[in-house]
Amino acid sequence: MADDSSPVLKVEGIHKSFGEVEVLKGISLEAKQGEVISIIGSSGSGKSTFLRCLNFLESPNKGQFYLRGEELQTVRMKNGELRPKDSGQLERFRSHMGMVFQNFNLWEHMTALENTMEAQVQVLKRPKKEALEKSLELLEKVGVYKRRGHYPSQLSGGEQQRVAIARALAMDPDVILFDEPTSALDPELVGEVLRVMKKLAEEGRTMLVVTHEMDFAKEASSHVAFFHQGKIEEQGAPKVILENPQTERLYHFLSSLLT
Amino acid sequence: MSFSIIFDNWKLFLEGFVVTIQLVPLALFFGFFMALPLSVMRASSNPFLKWPTYSFTYFFRGTPLLVQVYLFYYGLAQFSIVKETILWSFFKDAYKVGLLSFSLNTAAYTTEIFRGAIERLPLGQIEAAKACGMGPLTRLRRIILPIALRKSIPSYGNEVIFMLHGSSICSLITIIDITGAARIVNSRYYGPVEAFFTAGVIYLCLTFCIVGIFKQLEKKFLSHIRR
Repeated sequence: MADDSSPVLKVEGIHKSFGEVEVLKGISLEAKQGEVISIIGSSGSGKSTFLRCLNFLESPNKGQFYLRGEELQTVRMKNGELRPKDSGQLERFRSHMGMVFQNFNLWEHMTALENTMEAQVQVLKRPKKEALEKSLELLEKVGVYKRRGHYPSQLSGGEQQRVAIARALAMDPDVILFDEPTSALDPELVGEVLRVMKKLAEEGRTMLVVTHEMDFAKEASSHVAFFHQGKIEEQGAPKVILENPQTERLYHFLSSLLT
Repeated sequence: MSFSIIFDNWKLFLEGFVVTIQLVPLALFFGFFMALPLSVMRASSNPFLKWPTYSFTYFFRGTPLLVQVYLFYYGLAQFSIVKETILWSFFKDAYKVGLLSFSLNTAAYTTEIFRGAIERLPLGQIEAAKACGMGPLTRLRRIILPIALRKSIPSYGNEVIFMLHGSSICSLITIIDITGAARIVNSRYYGPVEAFFTAGVIYLCLTFCIVGIFKQLEKKFLSHIRR
């Protein structure tokens, strides 16, 4: 690697089990500044679980977590899962890691604008005026400025997801996690969300994207990781990975998408 | 029906009306603010928080309001720890006892209403709050309670109406509320129809107002919320 700066996000040996079933079998990954990592794989391969372990929405059983070189301190609970030693440190980590969900998860009692302002004011303690300006600017950027006064139930899926992206951006995150951001969208709305995401990728945002959109993976990402049964089966530059798969499993996965 | 009985005693009914519209909102006020922490405890997975609140709501929802009022008003007087201490100055006052039992009763029902709403909360929105770094108290204050309270508006409206109607029970421990006034008029003139018809009409009007208020609340806070 030519770039020798320390990674924004680095994880080592993540294991996660649901009961008897081991969903993640030791995943290590790092994202350098400006890298866009697409995580692909069939459903059940553990890619969403992996993403949710990164900010402890799911408690992993093992693993080390570093954000800009700082390690998240964890302790093991009786049931074998890890929990943060200091919940304040986890909250700080989370505030630096934006997350965009498959089902948008906008707060339904707040308008689009209020959604983007909320965590700026409550978590980052920004003055309201500053948060407002930032929110308006970001809503403009993702193209929902005109809809800022609407509630989530009054917005289309694509609009909701773009508001959710603005909400994540408002925190000035070091890295943004996308958990299948277009999977719950009607086909005609996928494009508008992908366009915004490509724009972010071009700006040099560090992103981890769990996705089924191979075109996005090919065009926008700098690195692709193929998950299979809880492990990274193959990874590398998108061109290599997607056009010249080395493993049979990836080959099968890719050809299954074409049909 | 002789309307003169009603008109001659309008002052008594007015006094009763004032007592009711003081007692009920006060009880609702205390009950509401007791129910906020209680419902969070009740919805918690921690057994030390969950079970005491469960016992509380189980008792107050499991027994008739009248029995509770009698227990507080007549029952407690039997215990010297109540009768011979400063507590007695509180428990000898029927109005205060009525207010206390109504508050606890509505607190129990309201706790269960809020608890139900908290447990049915969309998990994804709570995850979104966690994911942007909100701590448990911020999540509770900014996301969980605001959504749960909005979703509770229709059932809470019913609780308010039940409380209004239930408050007629306080007339049995010497409080002159709307029903108490009707009871006095009835016993003085033996005009049950006049007395209780009047009381009924007043309750009806109050209920009508409550329904109207809650309709407005639903329109303002609930129209854009998915149910």
